[in-house]
Amino acid sequence: MARPEFMGYRRENGRVGIRNHVVILPLDDLSNAAAEAVANNIKGTLALPHAYGRLQFGEDLELHFRTLIGTGSNPNVAACVVIGIEPGWTGRVVDGIAKTGKPVVGFAIEGNGDINTIASASRKAQEFLQQASEKQRERCRMEELFISTKCGESDTTSGLASCPTVGNLIDKVDVMGATTCFGETSEITGAEAVCASRAATKEAADKFMKAFLAYQEVIDRHKTNDLSESQPTKGNIAGGLTTIEEKAYGNLQKIGKKAKFIDVLLPAEAPSKGAGLYFMDSSSAAAECVTLQAAAGFVVHLFPTGQGNVIGNPIEPVIKLTANPKTARTMGEHIDLDVSGILRREMTLDEAGDRLIDIMIRTCNGRLTCAEALGHREFVLTKLYQSA
Amino acid sequence: MQTHFIVHDKTDTVGVVVVEDVKPGQELTGWLMETDETIGLKALDAVPLGHKIALKEIHPGDTVLKYGNDVGRAVNDIGRGRHVHVHNMKTKRW
Repeated sequence: MARPEFMGYRRENGRVGIRNHVVILPLDDLSNAAAEAVANNIKGTLALPHAYGRLQFGEDLELHFRTLIGTGSNPNVAACVVIGIEPGWTGRVVDGIAKTGKPVVGFAIEGNGDINTIASASRKAQEFLQQASEKQRERCRMEELFISTKCGESDTTSGLASCPTVGNLIDKVDVMGATTCFGETSEITGAEAVCASRAATKEAADKFMKAFLAYQEVIDRHKTNDLSESQPTKGNIAGGLTTIEEKAYGNLQKIGKKAKFIDVLLPAEAPSKGAGLYFMDSSSAAAECVTLQAAAGFVVHLFPTGQGNVIGNPIEPVIKLTANPKTARTMGEHIDLDVSGILRREMTLDEAGDRLIDIMIRTCNGRLTCAEALGHREFVLTKLYQSA
Repeated sequence: MQTHFIVHDKTDTVGVVVVEDVKPGQELTGWLMETDETIGLKALDAVPLGHKIALKEIHPGDTVLKYGNDVGRAVNDIGRGRHVHVHNMKTKRW
């Protein structure tokens, strides 16, 4: 097919976004109230409240910073106001985002109080919003697009048709030079050898198996049963999936038949080896996984669902597709693309892949996804262990 | 012709029901995706949309094959045409 182009926002560092958000980013849980007050004062800005940021340490703290800095740095974000309880860690997030060249400023609450902080931050947020509102979309190429995928509330129709539809898209855009990402480490369980065989290099395969085995150790350490009702979830089981192995093979259909992954990313780590498919070591919980992929710089997300997961993300539009005819009928307001025709043999996988490319390009051009229209903005940080 | 169930791979021992109203005794039409063949099977249970149906006799301890791969083990006898799920199949992991 012809190499599609889209109308995106080119940022200071050359990366391309498909949305133009001005984000009010709290460093920590204590700063959520001020961040939300600023977003309420300055209509059109977006606060991203979350639960963490205090007394974290080690790898968990590094992940916290990587996720917040990555979120502010995402090309779907035009500018960012960071608010934290104290200036040290707030400044670290500001400095990290500033490397992109985009407008960013930080405010600390200690010594000022919420009200003065909200006033100062609101003035800056207004300035950023009015600047951003003048930014124009321009023609961008598929080579500049970063696409992530993750499935949720899967059932057997996911493995039959909606995940293979994403796989068909991945195979097509891979040769066009797009950068793509899949993850969900624990949900590869049972299909890990097949997944490792899809690595482009032995180094990437070894890196995948190392991440996979480390995640298995976490599960083995904490499990109290065979994870019945967690993996697969109760929704998965209601939809006919019986075991994690069955779920894993369905999940893996999302990477298609040909594309090979070139590297394995830490959670929220930005790709650094050029265009191609990446695996990210991540939770399989929908909001955590998409939050990490958005923080790694992916700008549009493809989300196959079976039973009807309703997730969205505040900065990365989530396009939902299903092959379950009942879900398409009963939850139509959540479904951007219905591929249940594949199961009725009315639509080929190749046609479904082309339709998904079409809806993805329209989303990149500005069409709001169902999740955006419904206000789904799940921003969920991954926490690796207890705080100190 | 309506497709009632779909099978991924020709070595699979289970198929997936893709319609909402399969009843015991119903003669079903299936689509084997790998070879694009049409196959027949009589359902012995009511099998909900998305749930698996046995394509052959499966015995306790047998590996259940789907996608041409090992997706778990049977823990009870499962007759051809029976519903396959958590009551007669378990993971080999965790």
